[in-house]
Formats: sequence, C-alpha cells, structure tokens
Amino acid sequence: MATSRAPLESQGLPGWLQAMPFGLVFAAFFVLPLCFVIMVSFWDYNEYEMIPAFTTRSYTESFEGCLADLPNLCTMLATYLSTAKFCLIVWALTLSIGFTVAYFLAFYVRSATTQMVLFLVCTIPFWTSNVIRMISWIPLLGRNGLVNQLLMSAHLVNAPVEWLLYSQFSVALAFVHLFTFFMVAPIFNSMMRIDRRLIEAAYDSGASAWQMLTNVIMPLSKPGIAIGSIFVITIVMGDYITFSVMGGGQIASAGKIVATRLDALQFPPAAASAVILLVATMVIIGVLNRIVDIRKEL
Amino acid sequence: MNEGRPLAFYGLAAFFALFVLFLYGPMIVIFILSFQGPGGGLTFPMNGVSLHWFYRLWEGGGIVDIAGAFRRSLALGLVVMALTVVLSLMAGLAFRKRFVGSNALFYVAVASLIVPSIVTSLGIAIEFHVLDDLIKNYAPSWIADDFTTSMGQFTSGLGAHLTWTLPFGLLVMFAIFNRFDARYEEAARDQGATPWQTLRHVVLPIVAPSVVGVGLFGFTLSWDEIARSSQTMGEHNTLPMELQALTTTVTNPDIYALGTSTTAVSFAVIAIALFSISILNARQKRHGSDAGQA
Repeated sequence: MATSRAPLESQGLPGWLQAMPFGLVFAAFFVLPLCFVIMVSFWDYNEYEMIPAFTTRSYTESFEGCLADLPNLCTMLATYLSTAKFCLIVWALTLSIGFTVAYFLAFYVRSATTQMVLFLVCTIPFWTSNVIRMISWIPLLGRNGLVNQLLMSAHLVNAPVEWLLYSQFSVALAFVHLFTFFMVAPIFNSMMRIDRRLIEAAYDSGASAWQMLTNVIMPLSKPGIAIGSIFVITIVMGDYITFSVMGGGQIASAGKIVATRLDALQFPPAAASAVILLVATMVIIGVLNRIVDIRKEL
Repeated sequence: MNEGRPLAFYGLAAFFALFVLFLYGPMIVIFILSFQGPGGGLTFPMNGVSLHWFYRLWEGGGIVDIAGAFRRSLALGLVVMALTVVLSLMAGLAFRKRFVGSNALFYVAVASLIVPSIVTSLGIAIEFHVLDDLIKNYAPSWIADDFTTSMGQFTSGLGAHLTWTLPFGLLVMFAIFNRFDARYEEAARDQGATPWQTLRHVVLPIVAPSVVGVGLFGFTLSWDEIARSSQTMGEHNTLPMELQALTTTVTNPDIYALGTSTTAVSFAVIAIALFSISILNARQKRHGSDAGQA
C-alpha cells in the first residue's frame, strides 16, 4: 500500500450512516423480536391471552417429568434426541456429498467458465421453492410411485414399500436434497482459496492424489466445512416444514414444538420452546466456533 | 494438474452427474406430471397431455384465491428485492470503512441466518401484538377507534423477509468488495471526482453485475419464503404458504400445476438476472480500460 493514499474513511458519508438503514431493519425485526420472545416466555397465560406477570410456568411445563420419569425420556428430551439423530445423519450425508462435489469442481474442472457454469447448475435449485422440491418426491416415492412400480415389475417386492414416503427416510432424503448446497458453496469457496502452489509442492514431493486430498486439501477446507456444518445443523434443528411435509405429520422435531404451540395460539409456551431451541442451537454453534473462527474465514 | 485425465476424474464426474440428476430429476418429474390429462392422477403413467390442471388452478377450482396469493407474493418479492439491493449496497460500502458497531452489526446479520426462522417469526408476531395493544390503549381515539392491527404484508411481513434476504445480500457484497480494486476509486478522486461522482461513475458500474446477483437472492428468497412468513403476514397468505397448506391434502395434479407455475416465475427471474449480468459484463469489457492489453 502506498503511503500517499488518503484513507477510504475520509470519503463521502460516514460508515455508520450508510449502515444505519440496514442496522435499523435488524434492530426492529430481529433483535427486538428476540427480546420479546425471551420476555414473553416468562409471562403467564390463560386460554385467551397472555398475561404480563412473571412466571416460569412455560418452562416447568415444557420439562414436565423430565427428571421424575428418568430413565424414561420425557417428550422434550425424546424430541431433541430424535432431532439430534436427524442432524447427525443429514450432516454426515451432506458433508460427504457436498465435499465430493466441491472437490470435483475445484480441482478436476479445468476451465474457469465450465467451473462457474457447473457451480451455477448446483445453485439454481436453491433459488426455487423448497416445498415444490419436497412434493416432487411424491410421484417417485409414493405408494404407486415410480420406485415402487420399478420394484414391483422387477418382482423384488410383492407389495408396495410403504416406508419410502412420509417416513424418517423421506425426511432425511429431503434434507439432503434441499440443503447439500449449503455445504457445496462454502467448501468450494475454501477450496478455491487454496494456494495452487501448495498443490504443486505436494505433487513435486511425490504425494499421491489421495495423500494430497487427506494431507493438504482436507485440512485447508476446514473453514468451509465448519460453515457448511453450522448451516446444515441449525437448519435441521429449527426446521418444521420439511418434518411436517415429508414426515406426514408423524415425526416430532425441535422446531415443530414451537410451530405446534403456535398453532394453539399460546405465545408464552411457544416462546419458551423457542428459547430452549435457541439455547440448543447456540450451544452447537459455540462448539463448532471453537473448531474454527468463522468471522476470519468469510 | 498433470496432463491427461486421471482415472479419479471419471469417477468424480460420474458422481457429479448423479448429484445433478438427484437435484433436478424429481423437479422435472412434477413438471411433466403437471401436464396430466383431466383423468390423470398423481403418479405415472401419463393419462394424456393437457393444460387441464393449469386451467383448474387459475379458475380457482377448489383451491383458495391463488391469483390473489400470486399477486401478493409478486408485489412483496419486488419490494423485498429493491430494499435488499439498496440496503445491502449501502451496508457493503459502509463495511469498507471502519465504523462503530460494525462488528456487532455483522454478527447480528449472521445470527439472523442461523436463528431458526420460526423463532424470528414468533418474535415479530409478539412484537406486533404488543404494538397493537399499545395503539389500542394509548393512541388518540381517532386512531384507536378504527384500528384493528398493524400487522400486515408490508409491515411485519416485509420486515420478516428482510431479516432473511439482507444477510445474504451483505455476504455477496463482502465477496464483491473483497475483490474490488480500490485504485480505480483513487484514480477517480485524483482527477477531482467528488465522492458521489466516484460512486456513481466508477464504483457502481464495476459492481453492477454482482448487485444484480443480490437482487436475484432478494427476490427468489422472498418468493419462496414460508417459515418467517408463517406468523407475520396478517390475514392474507403468500403463495408458498398456500402451497404448503395444499401439501396436506394432495389428491390431484393441480398442486403440480401450481408448483410448475411458481417455479416458472423463479426460472424467469433467474434467466433475467443471468442475462442482465452477462450484458453488464459485456458492456464493461467494451467500455472498460484497455490498460495492459496488447
């Protein structure tokens, strides 16, 4: 940097003024609402309305029986355990698929234009509706769907396979279908930033493609992996739409607890379950943030 | 890397092809099925080919006010797009300078992506309930008497959508300005351009293609948003909310027709955006500097 340059700060409007409209939106529609959620979770309520009087009723009711019934799991713990199971399965699948796709794009596609076009091909579905992408599995996996038609005509099964749709399988499948992009994008971004000279050096030192992958590329892709993991895990934790649409109303999840309580129009219990969900999410991010400093990597 | 395609290339290319098939295959299936004949069902085989289900859909055959939901979603999407572009661009410019609270603002924006949408939606709903109560109880009677609710598509609904689109807008702006060569600005300033002239004639034309990308995110994310909309739209539903409500009672292909129509809008917007970006890029090449060229 030449010293003769005046700093950018001296130009035009001050930064805080330019950022103000952006900041005001988040103050009014994100920070303040979260404060309201926390506040209302400690309010009392009756069948018709919430009552501004301090009580921990919503929390004690949420965790009712959680200690008394041990070793049996109460509803809250069982639901969180089941959601955690989905998180783990979906995380493992999106990570392995996303990493492989990003690895191919970053290191095996030679022309930059092809690279961008193929990346765009992966991105376009992200700009279309999730619900449509979910219902598009119905003609494939339904009772009379393509998969069952094929299995029946090949005489592999005698009756249609029922667990293909509206099941744990279809929920996990939909998550992988919808959200692998959240892994591909950050991992691809990390891989593109790897200094190609490191690859050359490893190659010149006689590293095999596999050694290159495990000793050079994987460690240097860690930031992208961490960011992708945060996205995928928090999405599964907080989701209720995929669980509802693909689970056929049968599968409970952490996010669905909030939605169900909202359907009953009871704000304080819904807010309490939202706070519990928020805390669980923060714990996960805290753990992942220990592994990698997110801010540094953007 | 080395000359000649390594064996791994073919394996990985096959994997990638399968992934793309996995992404697009199911969508293509419902596009085909939405053209089922009048007697056709939810699965193959096709029972003739027709536009029957599209007609049924747009005549409101059995389903709630789809045309109204379509207009509402379109209007909201366009407003969200415009605000996302303007606010993200301003914030992107601001983050190039140092300002008090920039760190906090960044973390809040990222947190807004990560906090489950249903929680944000619930918070906004509570906020507007409290606001309604305040207005009913304390506002002068000429306001309070006719007042029903401050909640609505362009108040709480708009805010809810912006908390989802703006973080993406900001991240795209970061990516743009990380690659931006500040020497262009300095050159403009050295020749006596005012900050506004520098922005208008130097910075904006250079970042314009990427700003179109921000607009694309703004529209498509709003057009398909459900979780944040669920508690914040007031009395009228947006299109994706109607679509989600329909999934509980999927009995005939009009839901596919709705899916195809919605996706057609998404694809049209994506195509317009990509086309504009390529035009802007070509224009930049034409009018850009010839420095360093032979």
